[in-house]
Amino acid sequence: MRGAKSAKWVTGAIIVALAATACGGGKTDEGAKGAKGAVDPNGIFSIELGEPEKPLLTGDTMESNGSAVMAGLFSTLVDYKADGSLEMINAESVTTTDSKTWTVKLKKGWTFHDGTPVTAKSFVDAWNWNASVDNAQGLASWFADIKGYEKVHPDAEGAKATSKTLDGLKVVDEGTFTIELAKPVPYFAHKLAYIVFAPLPDSFYKLPAKERGAKPVGNGPYKFKSWDHKKQIEVVRFDDYKGPNKAKNGGVVFKNYTTLEAAYEDLKSGNVDVLRQIAPKDLPLYRQDLGERAVDQAYSAIQTIAVAFYADQWKKPKPIDPRVIQGLSMAIDRATITKTVLNGTREPATGWVAKGVLGYQPNAVEITKFDPAKAKELIEAGGGVPNNQISIQYNADGGHKEWVEAVCNSITQATTVKCVGDGKPDFQADLTARKTKQVKSLYRSGWVLDYPVNANFISDLFRTGAGGNQGDFSNKELDAKIAAADSAKTLDESVKAYQAIEKDLINYMPSIPLWYYKVNAGYSENVSGVAYGQDGDPILTGVEVKKK
Amino acid sequence: MGRYVARRLLQMIPVFFGTTLLIFLMVHSLPGDPVLAMFGDKGADPATLAAKRHELGLDKSLPEQYFVYMRDMILHLDFGDQIRNGRPVTEVLGDAFPITLQLAALAFVFELTFGLALGIIGGLRAGRLADNAILLFTLLIMSIPVFVLGYIIKMVFAFNLGWISPNVSTVPQWDELIAPAVVLGGLSLAYVARLTRTSMAENLRSDYMRTAVAKGLPKRRIIGVHLMRNSMIPVVTLLGTDLGALMGGAVVTEQIFNIKGIGGIIAESISRREGTTLVGLVTILVLVYLVTSLLIDLLYAVLDPRIRYA
Repeated sequence: MRGAKSAKWVTGAIIVALAATACGGGKTDEGAKGAKGAVDPNGIFSIELGEPEKPLLTGDTMESNGSAVMAGLFSTLVDYKADGSLEMINAESVTTTDSKTWTVKLKKGWTFHDGTPVTAKSFVDAWNWNASVDNAQGLASWFADIKGYEKVHPDAEGAKATSKTLDGLKVVDEGTFTIELAKPVPYFAHKLAYIVFAPLPDSFYKLPAKERGAKPVGNGPYKFKSWDHKKQIEVVRFDDYKGPNKAKNGGVVFKNYTTLEAAYEDLKSGNVDVLRQIAPKDLPLYRQDLGERAVDQAYSAIQTIAVAFYADQWKKPKPIDPRVIQGLSMAIDRATITKTVLNGTREPATGWVAKGVLGYQPNAVEITKFDPAKAKELIEAGGGVPNNQISIQYNADGGHKEWVEAVCNSITQATTVKCVGDGKPDFQADLTARKTKQVKSLYRSGWVLDYPVNANFISDLFRTGAGGNQGDFSNKELDAKIAAADSAKTLDESVKAYQAIEKDLINYMPSIPLWYYKVNAGYSENVSGVAYGQDGDPILTGVEVKKK
Repeated sequence: MGRYVARRLLQMIPVFFGTTLLIFLMVHSLPGDPVLAMFGDKGADPATLAAKRHELGLDKSLPEQYFVYMRDMILHLDFGDQIRNGRPVTEVLGDAFPITLQLAALAFVFELTFGLALGIIGGLRAGRLADNAILLFTLLIMSIPVFVLGYIIKMVFAFNLGWISPNVSTVPQWDELIAPAVVLGGLSLAYVARLTRTSMAENLRSDYMRTAVAKGLPKRRIIGVHLMRNSMIPVVTLLGTDLGALMGGAVVTEQIFNIKGIGGIIAESISRREGTTLVGLVTILVLVYLVTSLLIDLLYAVLDPRIRYA
């Protein structure tokens, strides 16, 4: 960047010199413009990114900063398109007849960045390593569908693994392997798009533990170059890449900023090319500042208010009537809050499944409509809110305070139920209160898609004992329906079954859907073709850099 | 003198252990579990958490953890690894300290030169226009919060005039650090100026000054030696403590100007409950405070011949 800036000064000096000698500047300017519009296939662009929290491991990268880098370095078997359907990336085909045994055939000729071939073994070994409890990978539970997982990764504290490899994984030949699941999962192929299912080269296992996540060697469109902690990460195009998403640029520099405001200033002064997010301070003006370069697009994530079913308020003397929660939901004026308090950065939710996911149904349920009269009626019919008071727990460091207060005001005005925000100082304190089951009433919760099927927004959140089910919601009827949907013969049937469950969720009200997330971002004049995926991150490979 | 210094250095040992223990216990008593938070909203099963705790040595008892930590720190200068990303703390600190030192040094030079200059002008012309103007100016600076000053400077010099780039780049240059140094040193500058001014105005009326004037000493010598030397004692005290504050207290300035220094690491390690990083950092800052306060005490003896350290 320093170089670029001094280049600008030089250009500036030349222009001044030209003007001083009274040269005809018009023609020169036009010429320069023409050259500027052309795309440089080897151009490198920069993107704002926070420091990845953890080492870059396929089995442990779950926060957005690390994920954005990993998405460039690794390619998985499949990827999904905007409508939720699958595209084959490293796989030639992923097939099944019974949703239980899956056969994966790999494309030929793929190599890792170190030149070694990508084989069936690269996948199977990587999955075994990621699943093993000894390696304590945060995403290990993704392998729970596969037969033999409980032997490799027992859940109880202090338990020892009795096997190093998953029984369900079998290498057939160099380019083929089979996956046997413990029970049928019709949407299993969609899960394979996740980074935890990426292959690893043999060299990975030979490295000392500390270096594994420091210089990842993958099979993706970009090759790792350097990581200057808290400053920048550089990746360059992998020229031998065989996948359909070959990079249209020469590489990416991920630049670290202390604040989003600082990044936005640098975008305006041309020091960074792509932003992933705009700070609340700049939201009111960014569309005006950036014009067509302002990005405003929905992605598959939802904000909800979850109910702490273990709290005395909802449990004693008798379990709460879902109608009360329906009433609370209808007392929230989502349209006004998203427009004013949230500056149009969210879109009112109309169901529990976010947009862009297979099985999303517009206007799935009625209970997200703002209707004060109906809200009052429902709450009364359900026996009223115990103590006529609720609180919403949130973390004060995440910009949630404003909307929580707005939601509370909306509820109080519509139904006279007293509502207060219960702010925890930071995300850590909020999380601990949730995990140790100390939430008193309601809490802020959110979900970004893991795989683009509606099951992810239902089964993984509301099934008894599911990973995302922190409010202790449990209902045998719903569990049975989820099990039935999971054992459907085809993906279509399963998705349809889950659609029915989503409509049915109003009878259980495990949480109150609030709104869907949107990407509010922007890019500089140096780049074009910037698009954002369903996880809200820019698609690196598609970015085209203009000649300077 | 030598014995005094030796005694002061020995005193640092209990202070050092006391502060590290205190910070260690404070971090552990904060609500929130660093291992739990590693897995974010979605969480992990108890077996993974247990394996991670074991790997990080967090399953040991608290006294044992403290003992291991202090042993590694003292014997091997090893401050342990960060919980979240496994980077050695020495490396993290090594990345952040140079830039913070640069910034603190620049801010210190700025407040020293301009603060003293303004203070001397004000002190010598107490009650006159220049003095009033300086009092008003310093009052203004003191009443503006740091982040307001930061954003005003950015707005005016970076966006309106275009003289500076709004943020410090990833490879910091000295010239980029001038604006943040002005913001960081601004508040202390005002205090230094006011303290110098008052102290000088007061000493101007003292007996030894009248004597010096009566003896017919040249004005330069009266002010430069007799007045300045005596007026500097409180200012030196302030400057000494300020050096530590400039290093550890730059959180806001660092954020505004995109500087990845110590301030940001302190804030981040508190929010992530990174005990090892925090204790390591605070230990270094405590040492800086201890050494500067020793130096200041020694400086007193230079400035005031009545002060002697046996």
